[in-house]
Amino acid sequence: MTLTRRQAIAMGLALPIALQTRPATATPEAMQAAIDAFTGGAEMIEGGVELKIPALVENGNSVPLSVRATSPMTTEDYVEEIAVFNEINPLPDTVRFRFSPRSGRAEAQTRIRLNGSQHVTAIVRHSNGDFHSTQVNVIVTAPACREA
Amino acid sequence: MTALINVPETAAQGEIIEIKVLLQHPMETGFRTGPDGKLVPRNIIHSLRCLYLGEEVFAAELFPAVTANPFFAFTLVADVTGEVEFLWVDEDGEEHRESRLLSVA
Repeated sequence: MTLTRRQAIAMGLALPIALQTRPATATPEAMQAAIDAFTGGAEMIEGGVELKIPALVENGNSVPLSVRATSPMTTEDYVEEIAVFNEINPLPDTVRFRFSPRSGRAEAQTRIRLNGSQHVTAIVRHSNGDFHSTQVNVIVTAPACREA
Repeated sequence: MTALINVPETAAQGEIIEIKVLLQHPMETGFRTGPDGKLVPRNIIHSLRCLYLGEEVFAAELFPAVTANPFFAFTLVADVTGEVEFLWVDEDGEEHRESRLLSVA
Protein backbone atom coordinates (compact mmCIF):
# COMPACT_ATOMS: atom_id res chain seq x y z
CA MET A 1 0.00 0.00 0.00
CA THR A 2 1.41 3.38 -0.92
CA LEU A 3 0.66 6.38 1.21
CA THR A 4 -0.32 9.58 -0.56
CA ARG A 5 0.97 12.89 0.74
CA ARG A 6 -2.61 13.81 1.64
CA GLN A 7 -3.06 10.66 3.76
CA ALA A 8 0.28 11.18 5.47
CA ILE A 9 -0.74 14.69 6.54
CA ALA A 10 -4.14 13.47 7.74
CA MET A 11 -2.49 10.78 9.85
CA GLY A 12 -0.10 13.32 11.35
CA LEU A 13 -3.03 15.50 12.32
CA ALA A 14 -5.03 12.60 13.72
CA LEU A 15 -2.22 11.25 15.91
CA PRO A 16 -2.55 13.70 18.83
CA ILE A 17 -6.32 13.06 18.86
CA ALA A 18 -5.74 9.30 18.89
CA LEU A 19 -3.35 9.70 21.82
CA GLN A 20 -5.84 11.77 23.74
CA THR A 21 -8.70 9.33 23.26
CA ARG A 22 -6.69 6.37 24.58
CA PRO A 23 -8.85 4.90 27.36
CA ALA A 24 -7.82 5.94 30.83
CA THR A 25 -5.97 3.20 32.68
CA ALA A 26 -6.99 1.92 36.06
CA THR A 27 -4.94 3.30 38.93
CA PRO A 28 -4.09 1.92 42.36
CA GLU A 29 -6.98 4.12 43.57
CA ALA A 30 -9.35 2.56 41.03
CA MET A 31 -8.23 -0.87 42.17
CA GLN A 32 -8.90 0.11 45.79
CA ALA A 33 -12.36 1.38 44.81
CA ALA A 34 -13.12 -1.91 43.03
CA ILE A 35 -11.91 -3.86 46.06
CA ASP A 36 -14.06 -1.75 48.39
CA ALA A 37 -17.09 -2.38 46.14
CA PHE A 38 -16.40 -6.12 46.36
CA THR A 39 -15.86 -6.26 50.13
CA GLY A 40 -18.36 -3.57 51.04
CA GLY A 41 -15.59 -1.94 53.06
CA ALA A 42 -15.30 -4.96 55.35
CA GLU A 43 -12.05 -5.55 57.18
CA MET A 44 -9.59 -7.86 55.48
CA ILE A 45 -7.25 -10.40 56.98
CA GLU A 46 -3.88 -10.71 55.29
CA GLY A 47 -3.07 -14.28 54.27
CA GLY A 48 -5.05 -17.51 54.05
CA VAL A 49 -4.79 -17.27 50.29
CA GLU A 50 -2.00 -18.05 47.88
CA LEU A 51 -1.79 -16.18 44.57
CA LYS A 52 0.74 -17.61 42.15
CA ILE A 53 1.89 -15.51 39.20
CA PRO A 54 5.43 -15.65 37.80
CA ALA A 55 7.40 -12.75 39.31
CA LEU A 56 8.90 -11.93 35.91
CA VAL A 57 6.60 -12.15 32.89
CA GLU A 58 7.88 -11.76 29.34
CA ASN A 59 4.55 -11.64 27.54
CA GLY A 60 1.78 -9.67 29.24
CA ASN A 61 -0.76 -11.12 26.80
CA SER A 62 -0.77 -14.47 28.54
CA VAL A 63 0.14 -14.66 32.20
CA PRO A 64 -0.63 -17.89 34.07
CA LEU A 65 -2.47 -17.23 37.32
CA SER A 66 -3.24 -19.73 40.03
CA VAL A 67 -5.09 -18.94 43.25
CA ARG A 68 -5.81 -21.12 46.24
CA ALA A 69 -7.52 -20.26 49.51
CA THR A 70 -7.28 -22.21 52.75
CA SER A 71 -10.72 -23.53 53.67
CA PRO A 72 -12.26 -26.82 54.87
CA MET A 73 -14.85 -26.44 52.05
CA THR A 74 -17.73 -27.93 54.07
CA THR A 75 -21.36 -26.79 53.83
CA GLU A 76 -20.86 -24.71 57.00
CA ASP A 77 -17.53 -23.14 56.09
CA TYR A 78 -16.45 -22.69 52.49
CA VAL A 79 -15.04 -20.09 50.13
CA GLU A 80 -17.82 -18.38 48.20
CA GLU A 81 -15.78 -16.23 45.87
CA ILE A 82 -12.25 -15.19 44.96
CA ALA A 83 -11.83 -11.92 43.04
CA VAL A 84 -8.61 -10.81 41.38
CA PHE A 85 -7.81 -7.12 40.87
CA ASN A 86 -5.03 -5.29 39.02
CA GLU A 87 -3.65 -1.76 39.20
CA ILE A 88 -2.92 -0.58 35.67
CA ASN A 89 -4.98 -2.50 33.12
CA PRO A 90 -7.82 -0.43 31.61
CA LEU A 91 -10.17 -2.09 34.14
CA PRO A 92 -9.26 -3.01 37.73
CA ASP A 93 -11.46 -6.15 37.59
CA THR A 94 -9.49 -9.11 36.28
CA VAL A 95 -11.39 -12.33 36.95
CA ARG A 96 -13.68 -13.76 39.62
CA PHE A 97 -14.22 -17.36 40.70
CA ARG A 98 -17.27 -18.67 42.55
CA PHE A 99 -17.04 -21.89 44.51
CA SER A 100 -19.38 -24.22 46.35
CA PRO A 101 -18.78 -26.95 48.95
CA ARG A 102 -18.89 -29.38 46.01
CA SER A 103 -15.78 -27.71 44.57
CA GLY A 104 -13.67 -29.67 47.05
CA ARG A 105 -10.87 -27.12 47.00
CA ALA A 106 -10.99 -23.34 46.71
CA GLU A 107 -8.53 -23.44 43.89
CA ALA A 108 -8.55 -22.26 40.28
CA GLN A 109 -6.20 -21.47 37.44
CA THR A 110 -6.54 -19.25 34.41
CA ARG A 111 -4.49 -16.98 32.15
CA ILE A 112 -4.71 -13.20 32.26
CA ARG A 113 -3.43 -10.11 30.45
CA LEU A 114 -1.28 -7.58 32.28
CA ASN A 115 -0.65 -4.13 30.87
CA GLY A 116 2.68 -3.55 32.57
CA SER A 117 4.46 -4.20 35.85
CA GLN A 118 2.09 -3.88 38.77
CA HIS A 119 0.61 -5.38 41.91
CA VAL A 120 -2.11 -8.00 41.53
CA THR A 121 -4.46 -8.54 44.47
CA ALA A 122 -6.66 -11.53 45.29
CA ILE A 123 -9.56 -11.16 47.73
CA VAL A 124 -11.33 -14.20 49.18
CA ARG A 125 -14.89 -14.07 50.50
CA HIS A 126 -15.72 -16.86 52.93
CA SER A 127 -19.26 -18.11 53.60
CA ASN A 128 -18.99 -16.79 57.19
CA GLY A 129 -18.43 -13.25 55.87
CA ASP A 130 -14.66 -13.11 56.43
CA PHE A 131 -12.42 -11.56 53.81
CA HIS A 132 -8.83 -12.59 53.21
CA SER A 133 -6.39 -10.93 50.87
CA THR A 134 -2.97 -11.24 49.35
CA GLN A 135 -0.94 -9.20 46.88
CA VAL A 136 1.91 -10.07 44.52
CA ASN A 137 4.18 -7.82 42.50
CA VAL A 138 4.62 -8.76 38.85
CA ILE A 139 7.24 -7.39 36.44
CA VAL A 140 6.06 -7.46 32.83
CA THR A 141 8.63 -6.86 30.08
CA ALA A 142 6.21 -6.82 27.10
CA PRO A 143 2.84 -5.46 28.25
CA ALA A 144 -0.52 -6.48 26.77
CA CYS A 145 -2.98 -3.98 25.24
CA ARG A 146 -0.20 -1.99 23.56
CA GLU A 147 -0.23 -3.59 20.13
CA ALA A 148 -2.29 -2.03 17.35
CA MET B 1 -17.62 -22.26 19.01
CA THR B 2 -15.12 -24.88 19.98
CA ALA B 3 -14.35 -25.93 23.50
CA LEU B 4 -11.77 -28.36 24.77
CA ILE B 5 -13.05 -29.88 27.99
CA ASN B 6 -11.14 -32.36 30.08
CA VAL B 7 -13.13 -34.30 32.69
CA PRO B 8 -11.80 -37.64 33.97
CA GLU B 9 -14.01 -40.48 32.72
CA THR B 10 -14.05 -42.31 36.03
CA ALA B 11 -13.51 -41.33 39.64
CA ALA B 12 -13.90 -42.81 43.09
CA GLN B 13 -16.65 -41.48 45.35
CA GLY B 14 -15.39 -38.52 47.36
CA GLU B 15 -12.37 -38.04 45.12
CA ILE B 16 -11.45 -34.48 44.22
CA ILE B 17 -11.01 -34.38 40.46
CA GLU B 18 -9.50 -31.63 38.34
CA ILE B 19 -11.38 -30.23 35.38
CA LYS B 20 -9.79 -28.21 32.59
CA VAL B 21 -11.66 -26.04 30.11
CA LEU B 22 -10.25 -24.23 27.09
CA LEU B 23 -12.70 -22.12 25.10
CA GLN B 24 -11.91 -20.87 21.63
CA HIS B 25 -12.66 -17.15 21.65
CA PRO B 26 -10.83 -13.93 20.65
CA MET B 27 -11.73 -12.13 23.93
CA GLU B 28 -11.58 -8.76 22.16
CA THR B 29 -11.11 -6.21 24.94
CA GLY B 30 -12.83 -3.20 23.42
CA PHE B 31 -9.74 -1.09 24.21
CA ARG B 32 -7.78 -1.84 21.06
CA THR B 33 -7.85 0.24 17.89
CA GLY B 34 -8.25 -1.50 14.55
CA PRO B 35 -6.52 -0.66 11.25
CA ASP B 36 -9.15 2.04 10.60
CA GLY B 37 -8.21 3.86 13.82
CA LYS B 38 -11.55 3.07 15.47
CA LEU B 39 -11.94 1.02 18.62
CA VAL B 40 -12.60 -2.65 17.93
CA PRO B 41 -15.91 -3.44 19.68
CA ARG B 42 -15.69 -5.53 22.80
CA ASN B 43 -16.41 -9.22 22.28
CA ILE B 44 -15.76 -11.33 25.36
CA ILE B 45 -17.17 -14.35 27.13
CA HIS B 46 -18.83 -12.94 30.25
CA SER B 47 -19.23 -16.03 32.38
CA LEU B 48 -18.51 -19.72 32.58
CA ARG B 49 -20.44 -22.02 34.88
CA CYS B 50 -19.89 -25.66 35.73
CA LEU B 51 -22.86 -27.69 36.98
CA TYR B 52 -22.64 -31.18 38.46
CA LEU B 53 -25.81 -33.10 39.31
CA GLY B 54 -27.71 -29.92 38.42
CA GLU B 55 -25.88 -27.85 41.04
CA GLU B 56 -23.33 -25.12 40.42
CA VAL B 57 -19.90 -26.28 41.59
CA PHE B 58 -17.76 -23.58 40.03
CA ALA B 59 -18.27 -20.36 38.10
CA ALA B 60 -16.00 -17.72 36.66
CA GLU B 61 -16.79 -14.13 35.81
CA LEU B 62 -14.58 -12.97 32.95
CA PHE B 63 -13.36 -9.44 32.23
CA PRO B 64 -11.31 -8.18 29.25
CA ALA B 65 -8.18 -8.98 31.30
CA VAL B 66 -8.69 -12.69 30.61
CA THR B 67 -6.60 -13.92 27.67
CA ALA B 68 -7.87 -14.89 24.25
CA ASN B 69 -8.96 -18.54 24.25
CA PRO B 70 -9.67 -18.52 27.99
CA PHE B 71 -8.35 -21.43 30.01
CA PHE B 72 -9.68 -22.55 33.38
CA ALA B 73 -8.73 -25.35 35.73
CA PHE B 74 -10.71 -26.12 38.88
CA THR B 75 -11.85 -29.04 41.01
CA LEU B 76 -15.02 -30.83 42.06
CA VAL B 77 -15.87 -33.65 44.44
CA ALA B 78 -17.05 -36.80 42.64
CA ASP B 79 -20.26 -38.06 44.28
CA VAL B 80 -22.42 -40.22 41.99
CA THR B 81 -22.39 -40.92 38.27
CA GLY B 82 -23.80 -37.94 36.46
CA GLU B 83 -23.39 -35.22 33.92
CA VAL B 84 -20.94 -32.37 34.31
CA GLU B 85 -22.37 -29.42 32.40
CA PHE B 86 -20.51 -26.36 31.13
CA LEU B 87 -22.39 -23.19 30.29
CA TRP B 88 -20.82 -20.02 29.00
CA VAL B 89 -22.35 -16.72 27.92
CA ASP B 90 -20.86 -14.66 25.08
CA GLU B 91 -21.11 -10.96 24.21
CA ASP B 92 -24.54 -11.40 22.58
CA GLY B 93 -25.89 -13.00 25.75
CA GLU B 94 -26.15 -16.33 24.01
CA GLU B 95 -25.55 -19.35 26.23
CA HIS B 96 -23.42 -22.21 24.93
CA ARG B 97 -23.59 -25.63 26.50
CA GLU B 98 -21.38 -28.71 26.59
CA SER B 99 -21.54 -31.71 28.88
CA ARG B 100 -19.44 -34.70 29.86
CA LEU B 101 -20.41 -37.87 31.70
CA LEU B 102 -18.53 -38.63 34.90
CA SER B 103 -18.70 -42.27 36.04
CA VAL B 104 -18.25 -42.74 39.75
CA ALA B 105 -17.28 -46.21 40.89
